[in-house]
Amino acid sequence: MALLSKKDANLILDPLADNNPITIQVLGICSALAITAELKASIVMSISVIFVMGIGNVVISLLRNVIPSKIRIIVQLIVVATLVIVVDQVLKAYAYDLSKTLSVFVGLIITNCIIMGRFEAFALGNGVWRSFLDGIGNALGYGVILIIVGFFRELLGSGTLFGIPVLGDPIAKTGLYSIGYENNGFMIIPPAALIVVGVIIWVQRSRNRALIEEA
Amino acid sequence: MGLKEKMHEIKLKYQGKKMAPAFNAIHTFLYTPNETTHSGGHVRAVDDLKRTMNTVILALVPCLLFGIFNTGYQHYSAINGFPESFSIWEHFITWDNFVLGAITVLPLVIVSYGVGLLIEFIFAVIKGHEVEEGYLVTGMLVPLIVPVDTPLWMLAVAVAFGVVIGKEVFGGTGMNILNPALTIRAFLFFAYPTWMSGDKVWVHGAVERAGTADAISGETILGYLAQGNTQEMYAKYDLSEMFFGFIPGSVGETSAFLILLGGLFLIFTKIASWRIMVSAVVGSLAMGWIFNLIVDFGWIPEYSKFYGLMSFEFWKHLIVGGLAFGIVYMATDPVTGSQTNKGKWIYGFLIGFLSVMIRVFNPGYPEGVFLAILLMNVFAPTIDHYVVRGNVNKRLKRLKNATILPDTVDGAAAELKAETV
Repeated sequence: MALLSKKDANLILDPLADNNPITIQVLGICSALAITAELKASIVMSISVIFVMGIGNVVISLLRNVIPSKIRIIVQLIVVATLVIVVDQVLKAYAYDLSKTLSVFVGLIITNCIIMGRFEAFALGNGVWRSFLDGIGNALGYGVILIIVGFFRELLGSGTLFGIPVLGDPIAKTGLYSIGYENNGFMIIPPAALIVVGVIIWVQRSRNRALIEEA
Repeated sequence: MGLKEKMHEIKLKYQGKKMAPAFNAIHTFLYTPNETTHSGGHVRAVDDLKRTMNTVILALVPCLLFGIFNTGYQHYSAINGFPESFSIWEHFITWDNFVLGAITVLPLVIVSYGVGLLIEFIFAVIKGHEVEEGYLVTGMLVPLIVPVDTPLWMLAVAVAFGVVIGKEVFGGTGMNILNPALTIRAFLFFAYPTWMSGDKVWVHGAVERAGTADAISGETILGYLAQGNTQEMYAKYDLSEMFFGFIPGSVGETSAFLILLGGLFLIFTKIASWRIMVSAVVGSLAMGWIFNLIVDFGWIPEYSKFYGLMSFEFWKHLIVGGLAFGIVYMATDPVTGSQTNKGKWIYGFLIGFLSVMIRVFNPGYPEGVFLAILLMNVFAPTIDHYVVRGNVNKRLKRLKNATILPDTVDGAAAELKAETV
């Protein structure tokens, strides 16, 4: 017996590829540009968003029949703000350096359009289990792109992965650096993330032409 | 049967095959296509894309040759000392200078063309369209706007980036928003800043010799000014050296004199827009003049880090750095620039204005013409949009105020007489 029915499995699998929040819906770009210079920060950010979205979607789904529709945005904000503060405090307590790197962008998860979008579009109208899967799926789709971008930006920009030098030592000139290779400073700055995301969108759409919008 | 007929035959034989665009490109590059329009009242002119591009390349050749000699001259002068009484034939146009310059500059040209054309061919084959001649000019511009000692692999990476991200993703020649040559330059600047600025990169050999007893260096004029060493700069270079280009700088940008000749040639052949060139010159003079006024009024103290560049006489901005080269060869790019005549004035003026502004205020690097042109490339369609809208509104207003007089004398069809208000 499959763990998930086919319909439920699609809730997780769709956002990973053909309905990806970043590359198809083009949401959540702000944090994707800002914190992807390092792979570690991308992964922590992804985990934070998975946590916030999974629980947030469940909470909103539980409350969906008692929230008056006029004030639903305020309720959604309170739920997401509470969860984000929990994440922020945990990071400050157990990973202080990382929380410095992520700076305001953990707090800004509150305004991440993906989260509010899923609350509005899905959790308010679906059951708890399905909302949970949808939250996890969308957060994973967001995280996958963050990790791909973070991988290329850290590798090309700093020559490291998770802070570990993989291409040699740029100062002692070992490894690739001994033949004249140099780190690409462009990859460190946020505009590079825009271009990397753009290239991912390009690759994805040329592999699956059905995704190309009508001009 | 000559080569031309042979190629026509091969073309027919392989029509519709995968590699056909690649072959057709070589064919079109060498000869006129065998298939042209057969009927109808077409106006036939010879100034096709190929000729347009070749005219620009022709205008660039003097800059390239000068750059080759100047590379040698700067290198040997940095080692042996600058000649006391400079004479062109004794110190500049010499065999030694030419050989050194050629073995330094020509690899840049070869890498630029090789990588760029390879990518163009790959895209043409994948997408099944014809190769356009657009890269011919870009490939020539790129080696002229980089420092002489730029490592070749960096240039190759930058060219690949510029051609793919700057041009091919938008649909190839004629569809690009940004000037590909400047995209390449901007990529190099942000990716490898240590190779693009400072006093070591403008003279061949300076980077390798750094830190040894034979160390040499060559600061650009703007570099001297940005550090406030105005007196030293004037002690080393005089006005005619700046104008004729016997100064350190990117390969082809130093000689304002040859760029001026190239610009006149492009205006005379009607390839480049004189409106953009003139308004860009006016714009840069205006900004330089404003800075001079600020200095004259004493609003900026002498210890300010902007003082050196701000007090530089406004018209001299045109003969140092890359401003002249950018105005003549880059700002006038017909694809990325404004299309309307009024738009060209605004576009050019802002390029000149912003170039000098960025040049003075850029803390990391005293030059800004490539950033200014890229910025205005982005705004060019907006400028055109408002120019066109303005014209439409003017004509609508004229129509509204027009009086229409029906001619009823002999009962013929009513004649409309619009009167311009």
